[in-house]
Amino acid sequence: MLELAIKGTKRYYGWLALLLGLVGIGFLVYLKQLDFGLGITGMNRDVSWGFYIANFTFLVGVAAGGVMVVLPYYLHDYKAYGKVTILGEFLAIASVVMCITFILVDLGQPMRVMNVLLYPTPNSVLFWDTVVLNGYLFLNLIIGWNVLEAERQGVHYQSWLKPLIYISIPWAVSIHTVTAYLYCGLPGRGFWLTAVLAPRFLSSAFASGPALLILLCLIIRRVSNFDPGWKQIQSLAVTVAYAICINVFFLLCEVFVAFYSQIPEHMDHLKYLFVGLHGHGAYVPWMWASMTLMVIGIIMLVNPVTRKNELTLIAGCICVFFGCWIDKGMGMISGGFVPNPLHEINEYIPTLLEGLITIGVYALGFLVLTLLFKIAVSVKEEVRA
Amino acid sequence: MDTSRRRVLQLLGLSAAALSAPPVLDALAAGPPAAEPKIGTAKEALTAKQWAMVIDTRQFKKEDDVLPLIEACHKIHNVPKIDFKRWEIKWIWSTHFEHAFTGTTSTRFISEEIAHRPFLVLCNHCENPPCVRACPTKATFKRPSDGIVMMDFHRCIGCRFCMAACPFGARSFNYRDPRPFVKETNQLFPTRMKGVVEKCNFCNERLAEGKLPACVEASAGKLKFGDLFDEKSEVRELIKTNFTIRRKVNLGTEPAVYYIV
Repeated sequence: MLELAIKGTKRYYGWLALLLGLVGIGFLVYLKQLDFGLGITGMNRDVSWGFYIANFTFLVGVAAGGVMVVLPYYLHDYKAYGKVTILGEFLAIASVVMCITFILVDLGQPMRVMNVLLYPTPNSVLFWDTVVLNGYLFLNLIIGWNVLEAERQGVHYQSWLKPLIYISIPWAVSIHTVTAYLYCGLPGRGFWLTAVLAPRFLSSAFASGPALLILLCLIIRRVSNFDPGWKQIQSLAVTVAYAICINVFFLLCEVFVAFYSQIPEHMDHLKYLFVGLHGHGAYVPWMWASMTLMVIGIIMLVNPVTRKNELTLIAGCICVFFGCWIDKGMGMISGGFVPNPLHEINEYIPTLLEGLITIGVYALGFLVLTLLFKIAVSVKEEVRA
Repeated sequence: MDTSRRRVLQLLGLSAAALSAPPVLDALAAGPPAAEPKIGTAKEALTAKQWAMVIDTRQFKKEDDVLPLIEACHKIHNVPKIDFKRWEIKWIWSTHFEHAFTGTTSTRFISEEIAHRPFLVLCNHCENPPCVRACPTKATFKRPSDGIVMMDFHRCIGCRFCMAACPFGARSFNYRDPRPFVKETNQLFPTRMKGVVEKCNFCNERLAEGKLPACVEASAGKLKFGDLFDEKSEVRELIKTNFTIRRKVNLGTEPAVYYIV
C-alpha cells in the first residue's frame, strides 16, 4: 500500500515539500542544540522541563484520543465509525511519533537513550512510559495497517488481530495515565500532586484528540473523494462536547480544593498561572485565553444548533484544541515548576530556537500523518470505486 | 510490483544478517572472560550505615561565614562558576530561612538575626529519595553501604526526571559544556559534560580516603558529619541534645541533613 503515499496531486507534493522544509529547519536547529546543549532553550535550574515536554504531554492525549472512535466501533459495534477508525488509529501513530521525538530532543544525552532498556528500572515511571508509548505505536501500526490492507483486498481482517484490537483500547487509557503519573507521584510539587491529574489528562485527551480528528475529517472531505461522513463527525462532536465539559469540571475541582483548603503549596501555583505571584505573571494572559477558548468550545459544541453547523463546529473544535493545548502544555509545566521548591520564582519563556525545533517535530508528525492519511483515503477511494 | 518488493526485503534481510554477524562471531571466538576486578574498601576509609550532617546555623552570622565552605566544595568538585542564571550549577549554597524551610516551619515574625542568617542547603541524601525512584536508568542511586545518594555521570541520559522529583531543588543540569567555566581543574575528580545532571555527593571520594567532606572540613566545627544509625556518633549526640529541624519532613523522604536553629 506504500505506493499510494507517493501518488498524488501537485498540491499534495507541495504540502509534503513544505512539511519537509520545516522538518529540515528543525533538524538544523537541533544539530545546534546537540552541539551546544539544552542551553539554547529557555529552560533553567528551576524550570527543568519546558516546551518540549509540554507538547509531549499534550500529544500523548491526542494519541489516546484516537480510542474514542476505536472503542465504539469494536466494542459497541457502532458501524458508522467503520469509516473513520483507521483515521483515529493513524492519528494515534503520528501523535506517538511526535511524542517520542519530543522526548528525544529533550534529552541531554540522546545517544544514551538505550540506557533505559539496558538498565530497565521498573520503579521509574519514565521506564513505563517508554514501554506503553512504544507498545501503543506498534499496536496501532499493526492493527491499522492490516485492517486497511484487508479492506483493500475485500476480505475480513485476520482473526489474530482481534485480541490486539481489544488490548489497544485499555492501552490507550494507559499511555495517558502513565504520563500523568510522571507528574502526580512527585512529592513537593503541589500543583501536580493530585489524584485527579490522570482523569483530567484523559478528559482533555478525549476532547482534543477527537476535536483534531473532526477538523481532519472536514479537510479530507474537501480535498479527496472520500467522505468520512457527517453522521460520524457529529458523533465525534458529541464526544468532544462531553469530554471538554468533564475537563473543565475537573479543573474547577482542582481550584476548589486548592482555594477552599487554602494550602499555600497548592494555591500558589494556580495563583501564579491565573493572577501572577509576587509580580510575576508571564502566563496570566495565556491561561485566561485557554479558559475563554474552552468555555467558547463548550458553548459551541453543547448547543445543538452550533454543533450541527459546519462553520461553528469548526470554530468550536479549534477553540477546544488550542484551549487544551495551552492548559495541558505550558500551563501544566510552568505551573508545576513555579514557584520552585524553595518558593522562589524563576519564570520560563521558550526561546526562538526551541520554538523552531518544536515546529520541526510537529512538521514531522504531520508528515507522517499526511502520508498515512493519504494511504487510507486512497484505499477508501479505491474500494468505493 | 510484488517481485521487486520481495527483492528489496531479501536484500534488507541479507544486509542485516551481514551486519550482525561480526559481533556474534566475535562473541563466539572470545576466550574466557578476564577475572572481575575486585572492589574493596581502603583501611583508612570512613564508613557508616547512613551518613548524616548536622549544621549548627547559630554559628553562621553573615554570608562571609558560608562562602569558604561553598568555595571548598565547588573547587574540589570542579563545579563551574557560570554567571548566567539559567545555566547555573550549584552543589551547596546559602539561602534565607524562609526559603530553606518553606512549608516546614513558621517563618513569620522571626528574629532579625535569624531572618538574615545564611542557611546552607544541599542534597539531603534522603533515606527514601524520590529522585532515585524517578531515574529511569539507575544513574542516580542510593549506595546501600552508607546511604549516599550518588550520580553516575556516564549513565545519566539527561531526562531531568530527578530534578522534577527532588523537593529540595538540590540538583543542577549542565545546559552547556561546563569545562570552560572551571577555573582550576582538580584532576582527582571528574569534570562533567553537557547534558547530565549533578549534585552534592557527600564527598564519597574523600570518605573513601578517610577524609571528611570538604564543607565539613572547611567549617571549623560548625558542620558535623557522622553515622545517623550509630547511637554513639557525634551527630546523634547533637540531635539528642539540641532541637533540630529538617527540611520538609512531612514529605516522608527522611532528609539526612539536620539544622540546629
